[in-house]
Amino acid sequence: MIVRGTETLLVQGITGKQGTFWADKMRDYGTRVIGGVNPKKAGTEHLGLPVWGSAVDAAKDVKVDASVLFIPSLGVKTAALDAIAAGILKLVIMTEHVPVHDVMHVMAAAREAGAKVIGPNTAGLVTPGECFVGFMPAFNHRVFQTGNVGVISRSGSLGTLVCLNLVQAGMGISAFVGIGGDPIIGTTTRDALECLNQDDRTSAVAIVGEIGGSMEEAAAEYAADMSKPVAAFIAGAASPPGKKMGHAGAIVMGDSGSYDGKKAALEAGGITVVPTPSFLPTALKQRLGSAAA
Amino acid sequence: MNFEEHAGKPLLRGVGLETPTGGLAVDAVAAAHLAAELGPCVVKAQVPTGKRGKAGGIALAQTAEAAGAAADRIIGMSIAGHPVEKVLVEAQVPIARELYAAVLNDSDSKGPLILYSPEGGMDIEEIAVSHPDRLMRVAVDIRHGFDAASVLDQLPVSDAVDDDAIVDALGRLYQAYIDNDAELLEINPLVVTNDGKLLALDCKFTLDDSAIKRRIELAERGTPDKLTSLEAEAKEIGFKYIELDGNVGILANGAGLTMTSMDAVRHYGGTPANFLEIGGEAYSLGKEALETVLANPNVKSLLINFCGAFARTDVMVEGILKGWEVVKPDVPVFFTIHGTGEEEANAMVRDQLGIEPFDVMDDAVKAAVEAVQ
Repeated sequence: MIVRGTETLLVQGITGKQGTFWADKMRDYGTRVIGGVNPKKAGTEHLGLPVWGSAVDAAKDVKVDASVLFIPSLGVKTAALDAIAAGILKLVIMTEHVPVHDVMHVMAAAREAGAKVIGPNTAGLVTPGECFVGFMPAFNHRVFQTGNVGVISRSGSLGTLVCLNLVQAGMGISAFVGIGGDPIIGTTTRDALECLNQDDRTSAVAIVGEIGGSMEEAAAEYAADMSKPVAAFIAGAASPPGKKMGHAGAIVMGDSGSYDGKKAALEAGGITVVPTPSFLPTALKQRLGSAAA
Repeated sequence: MNFEEHAGKPLLRGVGLETPTGGLAVDAVAAAHLAAELGPCVVKAQVPTGKRGKAGGIALAQTAEAAGAAADRIIGMSIAGHPVEKVLVEAQVPIARELYAAVLNDSDSKGPLILYSPEGGMDIEEIAVSHPDRLMRVAVDIRHGFDAASVLDQLPVSDAVDDDAIVDALGRLYQAYIDNDAELLEINPLVVTNDGKLLALDCKFTLDDSAIKRRIELAERGTPDKLTSLEAEAKEIGFKYIELDGNVGILANGAGLTMTSMDAVRHYGGTPANFLEIGGEAYSLGKEALETVLANPNVKSLLINFCGAFARTDVMVEGILKGWEVVKPDVPVFFTIHGTGEEEANAMVRDQLGIEPFDVMDDAVKAAVEAVQ
């Protein structure tokens, strides 16, 4: 999923500390923030923007293309179902530690409505030079420059480092897709890869994965038929099995989700796997160079 | 959060699924006492992990004396790193057939998944390999709930069981899964007794960690992760810390970046001493984090790797500087800082600590690894 600067964005939870800070940053950068939602502050203004009591009410007044949720974990289900009921087709859920049964409710409703969900527990989306949704430092020019590499990351901090490494190596980014670190998420690595493969501005893709689950394996199957080069770094090679390393999704049970299994699957799909993120730019340059030659 | 068998079974009984009669015992005397009432029984180690039978943690006993001896042998054992402190003593039941049943959070269908097989008595992984066509998988739309007709439709055919009774049991299992915010609720084996009754002989329940905040009473009956004293202190403060057996200390923000720091240490020939991340809301806890990581005497050098997206690196470094005055590190410390707030953060490290941060993460890692060699 890629966001464009022409799309309008609603901020659910705009009056909270994080919602306020990032709504302002997003608007400064060029995102078309059209207002926010707080059920207790309907009809007021915040940051000079209208506040509605619900996403459904907002959608009656204005056209809403996407909504971002800065909502406490136990309120996410209600807020996301509100956005879906409003007919909003893109939801970006920032919140960490949302109960998984609530996430499954949201996913089922989104599927039925044809809405796409990013996250939960995502750092968001960036289209450098155009707009961003979430809390990535899009405005930091050492981290984000326009270019032709699409980046898919489960992690915000690590995704930031990878973008910075690419920029340091003289490359730029067509789109950053933070998919989130939870075990059940709306947009998977494979979904994001498919989207970047179809994106005209993207010539190569960097995947920043993690141990646990089987998303990288599914992406590798898709990559096998791609002509755009793909390189990947998978975090967690040194993590002991059975321990939860911060991200709920990053846990190895038995052999499932292990580093070795993911590396083998990715390589079988024609993806270059690098030992630390710093090697990603070189790997992509080599692959782009040989593709051009 | 994992639950031991004896803590999971009440959830099944709560929805009308039957389990064998029994009780908990913490020593041989108590086990023998229970066995005297129950008759021939099973003595089962209570630890939050599977494969207890293979580890020798489950014994059949025909007499009270034998039950006492079994309890004596099993209590004090260690199974997959878990010391056995109690046993569940349950009456033996005459088994006609063993079945498998579970409901779990499925990342592929993004909803609940019901698993059932009339070929039980082995691990689900084995069933999936040996009887793939006899393993029913039904994805449920959590908004609509359990659909008995659809489950009955897909049930693997078996003469040995009453299909309606199985569907009824699966419906109850699904209800217990929903009512308790389960990540996994599994009965293996679910048995058909000689007189045709269904009984849950075992129960594996994992509570979704993200739901603990709304299942506080339930979570009190679960088994918390076994933590070292440092890990427990860190948890109390509000960040995730895991002690490992290496000597390069790691302090980073965000789960992904912290795992990557560990990977890089290993890639360049070192061994990580810990996982410690101060991401999310914990990013202002630099002082406490520094104190924690250096409290481990095995740490011979320290890598501080920050990359700010949501979290500001200058705030993280402010915390580190506060901690620095208290801890006065006597091991070499290597910084690499990028992202939101990096200019201020790097300047603070340079000006106030006299340490030059590394521009490339790998160079900082190499230096930290070399420092301990």
